[in-house]
Amino acid sequence: MKPRNIGIIGVGQTKYVTRRDDVTLPELAREAAVLALEDAGIAFNDLDGMVFSLALDALEGTEGAERWCADAVGGRRIPFIRVHTGGATGGSATHAGFLHIASGLFDCILVIGAEKMGETPDAQKVLNQIFDPVYERSVAINAVNMCSFQAARHMKKYGTTEYQMALVAVRSRKNALRNPHAHIRKEIKVEDVLTSRVICYPLKLYDCCPRSTGACAVVIASEKFIKKLGKKNIAWIKGIAACTGTYYMGDRMDGSSANDHADADGLFLAAKRAYQMAGIDNPRKEIDVAEIYAPFTSTELAAVEALGFCGKGESGKYNEKGLFDMEGGIPVNPSGGVLTANPISVTALARVAEASLQVTGKAGERQVSKSKTAVATGEGGSLQFYTVTVLSNKT
Amino acid sequence: MNEEDLIFIPQRWDLKFHHAAGETGTRFFKAIMEQKEILGKKCPKCKRVLLPPRSFCERCFVETTEWMKIGSEGTIQAFTIVYEKFEGLPDPPYAIAYVLLDGANTAMANFVKGIDLSDIKKAFKRIKIGAKVQVAFRKKRQGRITDFWYELK
Repeated sequence: MKPRNIGIIGVGQTKYVTRRDDVTLPELAREAAVLALEDAGIAFNDLDGMVFSLALDALEGTEGAERWCADAVGGRRIPFIRVHTGGATGGSATHAGFLHIASGLFDCILVIGAEKMGETPDAQKVLNQIFDPVYERSVAINAVNMCSFQAARHMKKYGTTEYQMALVAVRSRKNALRNPHAHIRKEIKVEDVLTSRVICYPLKLYDCCPRSTGACAVVIASEKFIKKLGKKNIAWIKGIAACTGTYYMGDRMDGSSANDHADADGLFLAAKRAYQMAGIDNPRKEIDVAEIYAPFTSTELAAVEALGFCGKGESGKYNEKGLFDMEGGIPVNPSGGVLTANPISVTALARVAEASLQVTGKAGERQVSKSKTAVATGEGGSLQFYTVTVLSNKT
Repeated sequence: MNEEDLIFIPQRWDLKFHHAAGETGTRFFKAIMEQKEILGKKCPKCKRVLLPPRSFCERCFVETTEWMKIGSEGTIQAFTIVYEKFEGLPDPPYAIAYVLLDGANTAMANFVKGIDLSDIKKAFKRIKIGAKVQVAFRKKRQGRITDFWYELK
């Protein structure tokens, strides 16, 4: 089905940092809302609905903090829902915003969220709680070792090396130097990554993302609304798709090729569907830039393969060749990506925001030249929920 | 405002839960407690033996019907060795592996014990994908997944 033409008309991001003690969570969220409305050139009374992007309650220490934030982001008197699919939250929230408008019932939606990881005691204590209490939680599984299992399996299956993983971290850090919003803006060398302390083997400290605080928002509108506003230079949403894998990671280790924890197979299917909707046949040629949800170096390797930028098991090699560098064939994470800022509730939303800036030529120093089509992803749960959003500067 | 002037409000979450293991989970744990046996459940349609056992097959979306005895040996499918201290989780180092036990079609996570992890290079030469392991049971079993663990063969 071809839905109405729907585009992103405004983007707002705070700088991502370790802590923000000068504001509460709603005050932080409000900053991004104000920035996004300003960028869109609309007033908050123009909004006819709102989607709040908020992941795990225990990271915030407030149950259902969307309630606390609703007033601060302009939610009074309009419909308001919260979306939560773990790391994929911002991607799912974007899709929820899109679908509101695609339904024909809404014309202008604010997708907004905030995260205060600086107030979270130990994120991995919380992330251990996402695993079921009967079979897996007591085995000390958390988000880091969940991704270590994938890394170990990718290494075994394809011969991927720690060196190739390290290249992802080096590139991300380098790109982040050009992004004023990035949390970590310090260059590192391959050697630094390889000699950094082991967290969960094979993942070392610099293979891992930071814990970030910050807010992000995007304004999504119908073509009717955009025409009335007279707004030009829009990031049109050409394709959205999501796909869910199994909850139990062990179910992806039975040797069947279409369902392997080494590969992001759910992302592969989501990408296939989103590309189909966007009319993309050859992603490697037709996608100009990608903002990928990858909190660990190894997660990105599996993701670029799932997105069709290279074949399964080839990402390590293409990282060595520089395919995903700023000057490469498909620049990946010009923002620095999740390895340089991970405010979980809005991390996948920030991917959409960055992709939107890229196709509208508003990405500043991190702009990829001539980028017309961009893809943004989200990954959440036990490498389980995947979202893909394709943006273009043409309807 | 100066940072040192800002006020902070201390809060803590301390919530106790009693989660039901359900009839399927209970039977799995009872077999471990009483017979030192690991049981999986078979899907009547795709014939996969699911471990840990579940009352339904997520692929065929039908109820699993048959309980199956699973072997006490298997091979590592994925692993990690944790060297970082996480709050509320065990003191490092410790190893976790997903093991495909003989007779099961899905891998189950548990600790790998009985190996010196202090030298990481030596440790990851031994704990690797494809390595054979044996299940070992705790003497006093309580109906928890930690009633057993894996040991390298």
